[in-house]
Amino acid sequence: MKNLSQEETKRICDKVLSLTKADQCEVNLSGSRTGNIRYARNAVSTAGLIEDTQLVVSVAFGKKQGIATINELDDKSLEKAVRRAEDLARLAPENPEFMPTPGKQQYKASETFFQKTADIDPEFRAQVAAYSIENSKKNKLVAAGFFTDTSKFTAIANSNGVFGFQRDTGLDFSVTVRTEDGRGSGWAKRSVGDASKFDAREASNVAIEKALRSVEAKALEPGRYTVILEPAATSDLLAYMFSGFDARQADEGRSFLSKKGGGNRMGEKLFDEQVNVWADPWDKNVAVLPWDNGSMLAREHQELIKNGKINALNYSTYWAKKQGKRAIGAPGNIIMAGTDKSTEELIANTKKGVLVTRTWYIRMVDPQSVLLTGLTRDGTFYIENGKIKHPIKNFRFNESPVSMLNNIDELGKPEILSGDESDYQLLIPAMRVRDFNFTSLSDAV
Amino acid sequence: MERRAFLNISSLALGTMLLPAFGRAIAAEELLAPVALQFKKMLADTAMTAATQAGASYCDVRVGRYLNQFITTRDLNVENVVNTESAGVGVRVIAGGAYGFAATNDMTPDGVAAAARQAVAIAKANARLQTEPVQLAPVKGVGEVSWATPIVKDWRTVPIKEKADLLIAANKAGMDGGASFMQSLLFQVNQQKYFASTDGSYIDQDLHRLWMPVFATAVDKKTNKFRSRQGLSAPVGMGYEYLDARPEHKIKAAGGVTTLYTGSYDLIEDARAAGKQAKQKLTAKSVEPGKYDLVLSPEHLWLTIHESVGHPTELDRVLGYEANFAGTSFATLDKWQSKKFKYGADIVNIVADKTTPGSLANVGYDDEGVKCKRWDIIKDGILVNYQATRDQAHIIGEKESHGCSYADNWSSVQFQRMPNVSLQAGKKKMTPDEMIKDVKKGIYIVGDGSFSIDQQRYNFQFGGQLFYEIKNGKIGQMLEDVAYQSNTQEFWNACAGICDERDWRMGGSFFDGKGQPSQSSVVSHGASTTRFNGINVINTARKIG
Repeated sequence: MKNLSQEETKRICDKVLSLTKADQCEVNLSGSRTGNIRYARNAVSTAGLIEDTQLVVSVAFGKKQGIATINELDDKSLEKAVRRAEDLARLAPENPEFMPTPGKQQYKASETFFQKTADIDPEFRAQVAAYSIENSKKNKLVAAGFFTDTSKFTAIANSNGVFGFQRDTGLDFSVTVRTEDGRGSGWAKRSVGDASKFDAREASNVAIEKALRSVEAKALEPGRYTVILEPAATSDLLAYMFSGFDARQADEGRSFLSKKGGGNRMGEKLFDEQVNVWADPWDKNVAVLPWDNGSMLAREHQELIKNGKINALNYSTYWAKKQGKRAIGAPGNIIMAGTDKSTEELIANTKKGVLVTRTWYIRMVDPQSVLLTGLTRDGTFYIENGKIKHPIKNFRFNESPVSMLNNIDELGKPEILSGDESDYQLLIPAMRVRDFNFTSLSDAV
Repeated sequence: MERRAFLNISSLALGTMLLPAFGRAIAAEELLAPVALQFKKMLADTAMTAATQAGASYCDVRVGRYLNQFITTRDLNVENVVNTESAGVGVRVIAGGAYGFAATNDMTPDGVAAAARQAVAIAKANARLQTEPVQLAPVKGVGEVSWATPIVKDWRTVPIKEKADLLIAANKAGMDGGASFMQSLLFQVNQQKYFASTDGSYIDQDLHRLWMPVFATAVDKKTNKFRSRQGLSAPVGMGYEYLDARPEHKIKAAGGVTTLYTGSYDLIEDARAAGKQAKQKLTAKSVEPGKYDLVLSPEHLWLTIHESVGHPTELDRVLGYEANFAGTSFATLDKWQSKKFKYGADIVNIVADKTTPGSLANVGYDDEGVKCKRWDIIKDGILVNYQATRDQAHIIGEKESHGCSYADNWSSVQFQRMPNVSLQAGKKKMTPDEMIKDVKKGIYIVGDGSFSIDQQRYNFQFGGQLFYEIKNGKIGQMLEDVAYQSNTQEFWNACAGICDERDWRMGGSFFDGKGQPSQSSVVSHGASTTRFNGINVINTARKIG
């Protein structure tokens, strides 16, 4: 990937905008370099590097819109992309809900780029795998893991004067360590923007420790339990719920946030008072681009849940206009307030309960109540009198994150995560929750 | 099923529009011009020469051109029409006993040669960390051959307006039927894949697939209740003729509760039924939890087969290569070696097959140049085999690959993916209505709903689209809030009846996810209506604040 500068992207965007005769034009130009290494059975299985650039041109004649994407940036290719988008726009039927591209936005830069992450090379990746494999072998364990790092740039522009440019970096690492006899399994995941904050040894050791502790799991009867959910255990449950914070769905009556008789539940208290959640593109831990690529609108600090009350919903430009609201860029991160308490402190305050490392294969069962099903995995333990007593078999749960956030006893320290099933950057605390509904046992380790 | 992709698709039903972005958008008139065969052969030869000169003991090259068109509609509006193209070359090598892979969209001789050399360099770097060398089952080169999905009508030749009008008509029918909101989409795929290898194969394939999901949602604002019903079509490896509905392809579900489809699909009729049934769901009886005999239609059972048989019998999962992501498998090698592992009841016969016409995984050759075939996975209830690629065949004592290698793009490395895995029809003549006559307390389930299974494929939970009470041999009222939970082995051993071949048909998925980085694969699963006795059903209704 040619790492384009702001000036170079501006020149390309301006060129594209000058080529079209359409009523309006939007340009999204990006490039990325993504490296990865995958290992299993204590050996590397694949490694690779993918470099790509992408130019997306969207044009509209009246309410007829066409989109073309290309990955070549010479002048001829730029013209080709514009003509193709215009061809499609002419073929497309009119969309009565089409909205004009936004006017000039103020994009306040967020800290998303770290040179140390951009400098990651094959040796760095191999060393990550080596730490994990060597430490696992020493403990007579079997490691499987995946490390990936990305460095990219994004530029957006439109015919109403919008222009934005920013670089960002990120890395994700996950490792599963199993005992040789398959009776124990531990897991850890780390997602950061700045490689200097990443410690592969530390993450692998967490997975190793959990694998060693999880053998000889005993069966506990399914039922409602007090649970301590590590941040990874709630990340996908919360991501599911926040993907439903859409004003139109709520107003139209097909959301858990719909109000009986019509309208939405803005301002209603749906959760425990301890629940405070916001989105903030400038948060140092989970910074994201200061705009939403889809709408080109600037993101803002948004209080989504305040003291347990619904405080903000997402409005598309169309729905905002129809409802007389102001549309802003959809959030890219979700941040939930916690405390300074470690997970160990939460355990110490628990008389009887279950510690859950992570949850897996979560699916929506009923969107009316956001009832989700899924399973625990890679380290589930029974707690008695403030201590982990023994590992237990995994459970299937059927639970709504709305109920879960209503039953909070105590919150722990927030941790950075990227959800397995969403694109949100998450900063969420461990939680101790009452009456979590486990419905059956799983034999899976 | 691909988790993020599933979220994207299912969220369409909730009103969020997310368009797949698969590559370069192209103008309609460019869709039908294929890349010249000689040009692809020249690129492949260039890559293989460069790879072997750099030290590769084996090299395969995939030259791909992937064309897609997506049309998305909501109520009476067309929201988007998108044409995309992605073209490039993927080169896989073995050097020093290790794999290396590199891909480029630079389709020049210099570009592919550079990618080939890069793949060799990666292989050599990986070789240092290799515990045992890659061992490929032999494949005899087939020379220059071609294969194409048998289609009658090419979607690329059908005017966009005609397709958009069909979707809008379906949405209108759904709203007339009782839906408050309708969404319908048309996904159309053409993969032009050229494979060459140092074994001496030059294989040109032209693949076509279609998917047309429909989502009907009914809302009762007085009670603040909403319910949805998705379409009952199957995604298919067919041409646009699948949407030319023919009367002989329509069959009545048990008790006549709805219409189901075989060789073609009536989108408008199904959308109308979806609207009507979504509305009926608003007042359906909430299920009493307990043990029931389940009668599962193929439109539902395909997904249960996929999760509880398809995935656990993938050999890479059995061996531990997916341990960090999708998990491992309970169907371990010792169970297979015992030749006695009772996966299901005696009447359960499950076959892997990449040759069934109309199925999504139907190709002539896999992405390692292996000719596709059919083989047994479960025979008379016993686990007898897995799904394997060239580098896995020796592990299960086989001399040739099963032809299960697949990459979702030219830029992705090929690896073991599921073929079509299907439950064979019952040998005894039986229709779904005849099957239900013997059921005293049961539930008839049509269509796939929510799905979740543990990382070793023991414990699962499935929902559905339509649920009907079965009481004393008769279909009764519509039920709601139904999900069933079971353990894979217990479930398949509870199989008590399978309808005959007259009822056999396929469902499938466009988005079966696996691997890191994750790739999506397409797969179909066939079945006839099947009965499972004494399965635990839970009630999923909940109240929140």
